[in-house]
Amino acid sequence: MTDFIITLTLTFLTIVMVLNLGVMLLWVERKGSAILQDRIGANRAAIFGKLPFNLGIVNTMIADPIKLFTKEDFVPLGADKLLHTLAPILGLLPLLVTFIVIPFGDILVIGGREIRLQAANLNVGILYVLAMVSLSVYGVVLGGWASNNRWALLGGIRGAAQMISYEIPLGLSLIGVVLTFGSLDLQEIARAQGQLIGGWIPAWGILYQPLAFLIFLAAGIAESKRIPFDLPEAESELISGYFTEYSGSKQSMFMLGDFIEAIIVAGLITTLFFGGWQVPFLLRDGFHFPWGSSLALPSLLVTLLQVGSFSIKVIFFCWLQIMIRWTLPRFRYDQLINLGWKILLPLALFNVMATALVIILFE
Amino acid sequence: MDFVTFFALAIPLVAVAAMVIAHPSPIYSALFLVLTLFLLAVYFLFLDAHMVAALQIIVYAGAIMVLFLFVIMLLNLQSEPQRLHKQGLGKIAIIGGVVLVAELLLLLQRSSSDAADTPLPDKFGTVEALGGQLFTTYLLPFEVTGILLLVAVVGAVVLAKR
Repeated sequence: MTDFIITLTLTFLTIVMVLNLGVMLLWVERKGSAILQDRIGANRAAIFGKLPFNLGIVNTMIADPIKLFTKEDFVPLGADKLLHTLAPILGLLPLLVTFIVIPFGDILVIGGREIRLQAANLNVGILYVLAMVSLSVYGVVLGGWASNNRWALLGGIRGAAQMISYEIPLGLSLIGVVLTFGSLDLQEIARAQGQLIGGWIPAWGILYQPLAFLIFLAAGIAESKRIPFDLPEAESELISGYFTEYSGSKQSMFMLGDFIEAIIVAGLITTLFFGGWQVPFLLRDGFHFPWGSSLALPSLLVTLLQVGSFSIKVIFFCWLQIMIRWTLPRFRYDQLINLGWKILLPLALFNVMATALVIILFE
Repeated sequence: MDFVTFFALAIPLVAVAAMVIAHPSPIYSALFLVLTLFLLAVYFLFLDAHMVAALQIIVYAGAIMVLFLFVIMLLNLQSEPQRLHKQGLGKIAIIGGVVLVAELLLLLQRSSSDAADTPLPDKFGTVEALGGQLFTTYLLPFEVTGILLLVAVVGAVVLAKR
């Protein structure tokens, strides 16, 4: 029973944290884009007067959701009402439950009880992530079809083609990582990265799989449908693509879904390539530096450091994706498909072969 | 898997599968097929076949069915009146259905009932166990399937180049 309550709490906490980070990213996106473009950005609802940052975050965190959820929900004439309502839910729900397999710490010891800081420990962790991400395509496809609008339909069709195309290099780039660490369980992969190469360098995934990291980053951004891969939305061509005919809370669910996908990509990059919750030289009983000295720490502090390390890395990669989004121009559609099938796919296949060869030769 | 769980899953599964052929709109038919495949994956989960469940969702629900929807949307297929009867396909379907039911009954009669009571081997349904089986006992069928898929890919490329 206690186990059940712990799992339930962890799942709930994970989903709430992901949702919160998603809304925060909305603000970071607005303010970050403003800074990049030398504008002031979101500065209304400055309830604390003239602070340097003007606390525009209040705007996105409180005022914006209130506005979005009280807006009129408009369904266009001739649209399929059921699918029009179902699409944003189908798009968001699989993404919300994806994060539960990503470990955000090693173990937390409370009163002699060891709690694994991972909401769901699955033998097929990576496959679960791929399955859920692939299900989120339906939101895009159905939203585009059910709107009874040519632009939306084009957006939906583009979205389907793009997401299917980029799932292949995404999955293949992960095979290299799986071969390296010999597990599909994300917690085991994170643990394996706590070792040191030659006693000095933390054995993070990026050192073994740099090519897989680049492929995963590109394919991951394409999966979250953000610039330079935002062809399904493409404001200047398709108005808003598959969610042209959406307003109010349904539209915000689509928007939130894209941000949550960015968080999932950041979480996976952190776990697979940057040591997950690992802090260099930190073991369960404290720091053990390679030059011989060590620093004993209480178990709770170690756990806190790990969770902090994971959070900082995830936030950094979310920030990186937002910076990429506001730096690069959009691809043309044929360029996008060519990049996926003619560049990323062969590179990913090469990476799998090379990794397998190295493992066979050296083991 | 106990009696209650089995039927709690089986009844909606069959109902949803029936909707695939009963619904007039092609989009809804495709979506009911997605739901069927999803429920089938839940079945695999209850039978401790986690790897198969994940693959079922990734390959069928997440990729193949999206392409189905893609084609339906691209061709803009509308709801069609039931044309099956006109072409006499209905009779063939009934014959096919009867043969299928007969086959299933035959298989059911042949299968031993005590198989359900034997405990599962350790690590059953995990990636390691399934992979080990695929690359030892079932290596030849596995490779032949791979070649079959490769032929299909080559064929698609050849057709696309025309």
